[in-house]
Amino acid sequence: MSTDAIALPGTELASQPFVARLHDWVTTVDHKRLGILYITFSLLFLLIAGVEAMLIRIQLIRPHNDFVSPQVFNRLFTMHGTTMIFFVIMPVMFGFANYLIPLMIGARDMAFPRLNAFSFWMTAFGGLLLYFSLAGANGLYGAGNAPDVGWFAYAPLTSQTFSIGHSTDFWILALLVSGFGSIGTAVNIIATVLCMRCPGMTLAKMPLFAWLNLVMAGLVILAVSPLTAAQIMLLVDRYLGGHFFDTQAGGSAVIWMHFFWVFGHPEVYVLVIPAFAFASEIIPVFSRKPIFGYSVMVAATIAIGFISMSVWAHHMFTVGMSSAANNFFVISTMAIAVPTGIKIFNWLATMWGGKIEFKTPMLFCIAFLFQFLIAGLTGIMQGAAPFDWHLGNSYFVVAHFHYVIVGGILFTLFGAFYYWFPKMSGKMCSEALGKLHFWLFIIGFHLTFDFMHIPGLLGMPRRIYTYEPGRGWDTWNFIVTIGVFFQAAGILVFLGNLIWSYFRGKAAGSDPWDAWTLEWSTNSPPPAYNFASRPVVKSRRPLWDFKHPADPDWNYE
Amino acid sequence: MGAISRTEGIKLRSRGSISGRLLGSRIFVCFGGAALAFADQTQPSSPTNIFAPASTPAKSIFGLSLFVLAVTGAIFLVVFALLLYSIVRFRKKRNDDGREPPQVYGSNQVEMAWTIIPILIVVALFMATARVIALVQKTSPPGNAIAVTAIGHQFWWEYRYPQLGVVTANELHLPVSDPVHPTPTFITLLSTDTDHSFWVPRLGGKTDLIPNHPNTMWIDPQETGVYLGQCAQYCGIQHAKMLLRVYVQSKDDFDLWIRQQRQPAFVNDAIAQGQRIFETTACINCHTVSGTVANGRFGPDLTHLMSRDTIAAGAARNTPENLRLWIRNPNTIKPGSLMPAMQLDERELDALTAYLETLR
Amino acid sequence: MNATSMTVAGARLEWNPPERGRVAMFSLIAAEAAIFTIFVVAYLFYVGKSLTGPTPKDVLSVPVLYTICLLSSSLTIHLAATSLRRGSILSFGLLWVATITLGAAFLYGTAIEWYRLIYNEGFTISTNLFGTTYYSLLGLHGFHVVVGLLSLSIVMVFTLLGSVRSEHAERIDVLSLYWHFVDVVWIVVFTVVYLIGR
Repeated sequence: MSTDAIALPGTELASQPFVARLHDWVTTVDHKRLGILYITFSLLFLLIAGVEAMLIRIQLIRPHNDFVSPQVFNRLFTMHGTTMIFFVIMPVMFGFANYLIPLMIGARDMAFPRLNAFSFWMTAFGGLLLYFSLAGANGLYGAGNAPDVGWFAYAPLTSQTFSIGHSTDFWILALLVSGFGSIGTAVNIIATVLCMRCPGMTLAKMPLFAWLNLVMAGLVILAVSPLTAAQIMLLVDRYLGGHFFDTQAGGSAVIWMHFFWVFGHPEVYVLVIPAFAFASEIIPVFSRKPIFGYSVMVAATIAIGFISMSVWAHHMFTVGMSSAANNFFVISTMAIAVPTGIKIFNWLATMWGGKIEFKTPMLFCIAFLFQFLIAGLTGIMQGAAPFDWHLGNSYFVVAHFHYVIVGGILFTLFGAFYYWFPKMSGKMCSEALGKLHFWLFIIGFHLTFDFMHIPGLLGMPRRIYTYEPGRGWDTWNFIVTIGVFFQAAGILVFLGNLIWSYFRGKAAGSDPWDAWTLEWSTNSPPPAYNFASRPVVKSRRPLWDFKHPADPDWNYE
Repeated sequence: MGAISRTEGIKLRSRGSISGRLLGSRIFVCFGGAALAFADQTQPSSPTNIFAPASTPAKSIFGLSLFVLAVTGAIFLVVFALLLYSIVRFRKKRNDDGREPPQVYGSNQVEMAWTIIPILIVVALFMATARVIALVQKTSPPGNAIAVTAIGHQFWWEYRYPQLGVVTANELHLPVSDPVHPTPTFITLLSTDTDHSFWVPRLGGKTDLIPNHPNTMWIDPQETGVYLGQCAQYCGIQHAKMLLRVYVQSKDDFDLWIRQQRQPAFVNDAIAQGQRIFETTACINCHTVSGTVANGRFGPDLTHLMSRDTIAAGAARNTPENLRLWIRNPNTIKPGSLMPAMQLDERELDALTAYLETLR
Repeated sequence: MNATSMTVAGARLEWNPPERGRVAMFSLIAAEAAIFTIFVVAYLFYVGKSLTGPTPKDVLSVPVLYTICLLSSSLTIHLAATSLRRGSILSFGLLWVATITLGAAFLYGTAIEWYRLIYNEGFTISTNLFGTTYYSLLGLHGFHVVVGLLSLSIVMVFTLLGSVRSEHAERIDVLSLYWHFVDVVWIVVFTVVYLIGR
């Protein structure tokens, strides 16, 4: 049994037999180790889903290409979407939340360490279950394997009639299993943030990272549950002869859409709010100023959480809802732009008047600001429902959401890796490799996702394994595919950097960035118990107070 | 409470690099694409360009889209400029004195400003949007409207003209509509299996075909020609090849086409053998040829197959070679199509193709 | 326990964050409530939309007795929790047994009702939309009753072993929150299925 921190090579722990060390990791309930397990797991699936994306784009590089068959293509986009959302972004965010929240709030561990471990393993098992489908289920037509119904699995395509065999069942079960894990993590985050803060840290003095993950956890509770319910209903239809979505028996295909998007829209806020959390921690430190408008940032995030539960049918503008319903969802969708814009302005104001250092974490966060701005604006465009009657289900939507998820979320995630890797490993990442990663990736990102908007505007729908020449889509698809290779190169540099830095990086010390929140007061990596004695805080930036005893923050907050 | 801040003098580790040059390339990349798309609007090199509307719903969406693009473009320019300015102006200088900058915690006035202004923008956008929703989502067709029922199948389109007594597949013919005296077409959208979506960008936004959930849409194409589109809701393996062709014709041409479509199949003794093969193989279980025993509804109506430019919902040109290839093994053209290969020998294929070639 | 009282920089600091068991149970209840809401919405949406088969009026009989059993069990569990807080283990144990018995009676009632519907009326989950939504909604609730009864039974075993003392009152409170939730869900389900939907 070991409760020590992640070992540096050469320490006594490294001489333990491999099986013993493996056993420690598999049975751990330490939030830091579980955080690293989540993050490692998600990096593995990032590679897999990234390869899936490359295969999709190679198939689409020119019209009437036959790089993959239609069956394989349909499985590729289903698996790419499902993997990225449920087994890359969600786990990596849970991983960072698990690692950092107790450290930031001055706690020993999460509220429920064993529930934490259970939740991780449920997520991991769900991922394995999804990919086990490759080992031989029957798809829509013929032999094999992975689900091919799209990541939103519309009815009645998912009924036994149109999805024979078990591939759809793997989709359902994998998400059900990992959904329980997600709810477990969310319960844990809520209990930790509300109950385990160190003395003096009122909710108004908590780092924004903790606040934003609290809101994210609340959304997981309210949003993943409808998906669980809908999937149970789908299983009832597929195996017990139920008729929830059986249009032949009077059932409704549209009600699946409602249930799915009641999950699906808050889900994207589950993905992006932790990205906001990263930006809210990194931007102040590298601007050398506190976050501008802390209370407004909290209020805006809570507003986003609430409003996000009311916009779901903007994914269904083409379904034939009444004009009253369409109008309602136009208003709610545009309304959510207001608090989101407020957050962008507050980050901007944080940088304004500061002394910006362009270290790698900050480069990624600055790019996030530019790109998330654009992503938000293309979202507004689609919020205007009649415009969405063109843009919906076209490559414009694909470009928009990748702009948010890659250009927004993945960029801040990279920033978070570079920012907290020193804390987790005790080593600094190579700045040179970091900048190389940044430039390769941003060039690839823009080549792919800027130009991807254009085929959408020229009438190209999504989820098509090939397309006709003569529609003006060819050149743009070509450019989009080229960008993928730059992004792949960037990711390889990133992974190389992590590995190289783990073994050869400069020693980081406890506070390499001269930051202000509690995690930077521990060793790097922190000992198993986090804090030798329970911290007591008086302001939002306890280390600022410590470093500037003559002029502490609490006089001004 | 106004802005709260104070100054502090603390040594900093001084090491920083400047990067802001490549933003220019990003701007170009973002706007260049949009500009090129716009350039297409007068002389569409893309037949499916949403910015080349030819029908009232498409035109009113186009007007809304210009307004929305203008507003979002303006917001982008302002915020982009501020961001760019801030990372240039407030970067850490090489000769930095190592002191922390003034610590500013917030400002209520500023927060109010950038809350109120976006709210006003949202209200304006909503009002423009609501107007177009009301215009396009009309529910009652005028008396002289053409009524079409479009039924989505995996992976083809069935069209019925109930008042004109015509049933056809995959190629929709409509009369052109004079803007002064409009003759719109009202389409009822149904589906027999999974979800589909009817999207011909130059004529209108897309509307879904969902089983047990009838939808309606209307278009009034104002220029003759062929308009292209394709199914826009993932419906299964051959979703990509469920193409749309809308033939907008002058009133006279349209009436002629209707008259021809209403004829039963031409009878031609020379191809009796092919017809016999058609009627004794399983073909008639799925296909209709009006005036004969073939009255299957699962596959497209073939009565006037030769009046169409394409087969397999646009997947191939309608030539004898393609037709023969299709019948022999549909998977060569549209793998995963629901039509089975009928295991006919070469002689039978020749006769059958010859018969189908007479269905004008 | 997280509550702390200490002196910091010469001032007294009282620090009483909420109890994590309670917070976690409320979060779990929120998630479960969201799941049930979707099933209730599906039920209400499909009222009157079945193409064939029996309607609720044709086959359903209002389960008054078993509802009274289940709702009374909320009272008994509440009394049990207060007994334990007071320290009277014996009355806690008796009230706990009463709670389990009443919950089991509810399940028994559901079982015989379903037996009648399936074997006498031929009304199953695949009969029509009403059948699908009825059995799913009530089945989901019944499943939660089963899970609750299992948890209560585990506590019963601990009680018989003498391991349950008044310092465990907080945990019993948290568990009884779950049981109260199950009862509240039944009130909603009863209203939707037997009052509104019939």
